[in-house]
Amino acid sequence: MASVEIRDVRKSFGSFPVLHGVSVDIADGEFVVLVGPSGCGKSTLLRMLAGLENITGGEISIGGRVVNNVPPKDRDIAMVFQNYALYPHMTVMRNMAFSLKLAGAPPDVLDSEVKGASKILGLDQLLERFPRQLSGGQRQRVAMGRAIVRHPQVFLFDEPLSNLDAKLRVAMRAEIKDLHQRLNVTTVYVTHDQIEAMTMADKIVVMHQGRIEQIGAPLELYDRPANLFVAGFIGSPAMNMLAGKISAGAFLDAGGARWPLPPGHKAAEGAAVVYGIRPEHLLLDPNGVQARVHVIEPTGSETQVMLKVGETTVIGAFRERISAKRGEPLGISPDVALVHLFDGETGKRI
Amino acid sequence: MDMAATPPTRWVRPKRELGAIAKLFDWKPFLVFICLLPAVGLLLVFLTYPLGLGIWLAFTDTTIGRSGRWVGLENFEFLIEDRLWWNAVFYSVFYTGIATVLKFGLGLWLALLLNHHLPFKSILRAIILLPWIVPTVLSAIAFWWIYDPQFSIISYLLIEMGLRDTNVDFINTPWPARWSLIWANVWRGIPFVAISLLAGLQTISPSLYEAAMLDGTTGWQRFRYITFPMLLPILAIVMTFSIIFTFTDFQLVYAITRGGPINSTHLLATLAFQRGIPGGQLGEGAAIAVSMIPFLVFATLFSYYALARRKWQQGESDD
Repeated sequence: MASVEIRDVRKSFGSFPVLHGVSVDIADGEFVVLVGPSGCGKSTLLRMLAGLENITGGEISIGGRVVNNVPPKDRDIAMVFQNYALYPHMTVMRNMAFSLKLAGAPPDVLDSEVKGASKILGLDQLLERFPRQLSGGQRQRVAMGRAIVRHPQVFLFDEPLSNLDAKLRVAMRAEIKDLHQRLNVTTVYVTHDQIEAMTMADKIVVMHQGRIEQIGAPLELYDRPANLFVAGFIGSPAMNMLAGKISAGAFLDAGGARWPLPPGHKAAEGAAVVYGIRPEHLLLDPNGVQARVHVIEPTGSETQVMLKVGETTVIGAFRERISAKRGEPLGISPDVALVHLFDGETGKRI
Repeated sequence: MDMAATPPTRWVRPKRELGAIAKLFDWKPFLVFICLLPAVGLLLVFLTYPLGLGIWLAFTDTTIGRSGRWVGLENFEFLIEDRLWWNAVFYSVFYTGIATVLKFGLGLWLALLLNHHLPFKSILRAIILLPWIVPTVLSAIAFWWIYDPQFSIISYLLIEMGLRDTNVDFINTPWPARWSLIWANVWRGIPFVAISLLAGLQTISPSLYEAAMLDGTTGWQRFRYITFPMLLPILAIVMTFSIIFTFTDFQLVYAITRGGPINSTHLLATLAFQRGIPGGQLGEGAAIAVSMIPFLVFATLFSYYALARRKWQQGESDD
């Protein structure tokens, strides 16, 4: 087990920069999730950590040792790939034993390691199968088993769940988290799915266009997003963002509707701001902002309503069951304590 | 909008009555028959008939200009005692064996090189294919010149470099002639092997190599444990084809040496032609050609069963 330090790491493919100086500190035993839309550089960063990509600039150290020029096999890490990368011509047993065998481990050690890992992962009955004879979830477990038997200092996961169906993904998510809590090995996990990030991480690193937008605990990102990108990326359905300005102690949106401001806000009178409110923080209020119902999506536990406030679309998620028809009026108001204000120009939180 | 004034009439798909011919073509057995007819016809006329005729001729004493009688196994009994036939069998096996080993050794090496990120990769790949594209007779004539006793460019270069005093005798004594033909065949066959194996190499997922790298493999171990086993199925198929083409080779040998000197480079195919057409003994020529069949069947079965069917490929569902 080890801590990982990523200091001002840069990466260019030819003259095309993909990472513009990224720094992350990962404590020993921490579960860190790198999350962002595709092309944000998160997988590249993970592959640099693994040693599969060269580091253009900056420094990566694992367990206090700078590994910039250390080949992958000497970094003492294990990686789980998106497509599992199981050796198709080897049985589950041989897949898991491969690295130990190369390292010259004696047969009894090899046997006990593989047996131990397969017991943890529930693969005992499948040791003689070939990867093609396994289901997606089982293959995923073999890939993890291959990582576990090596007792690495750091686990790396590269979008491991994106090839699984929705139901299995939820189950494997819990399994990976459980595994981490049991083994307590430092883990870096890449995904584009913010729900995966929220549910699994001790610490989330939100990346966008080769830069880090925010680092923090899941609920920290949810409660206090540092900028518009993080605000829009974390949370589902996404936060409503209304452009407008501060006028006479309230927020005036583009269509002229007035929204209450949070207590103790620091926005100046007349400033152009973006008013952010999560769908689940909108409340039904006959005396609030007047909206028109557009589309209603009941999910059972809550009702998601697409509303029109003037020309602006606002999504609301309400505990109540709503039976309004399209075009009917609905009064809403935000939970003022949970309103976020962002600078209209920089997009930074005010 | 004055849409309300003229309400659009809803278009309704007209019901069509099928004619007799249309109905016939809708009848599946007839459709299957009609669709198979051209292919089956071609196969019968150009494949089954000549093969059948060849096999039948092998059991007759047909010569050119005289239809033969059924003589049973007489032609084969004669071949068993024919030293020339045994020579041709030996050289066919030798030629195929050595050429296949060299073609696959060099072809695999070339494929591995081309699989790396080289500059001008696509041009290089196109160049590699050239020996395969050139008509065999053309390259055979080129080799004929290269191996010429007087004008050989190889002899010329060796003498110019001071490595030799005299011209090399490539094709006028048996053993050098045998090796020279093998080399010409290897030169011609490498592109096919290299390009096929390259296609096989490119189906191997790069993440397997990455996983193996993290698992602590060296370059040789990645070849030994990943590349080679993953390549085996395609290797088997390419090898089967290569062995068949090499064993039945005719053009190269006939264009360069015509089986000489002193019949030392006769393959079964050239011997069959020699006996059957210039020699006029159609029955005997056909018997020689038929005698290749067991060798081919054995080689095909061997490479197919020894190399191709792997349990890990068969798997069950792919969910």
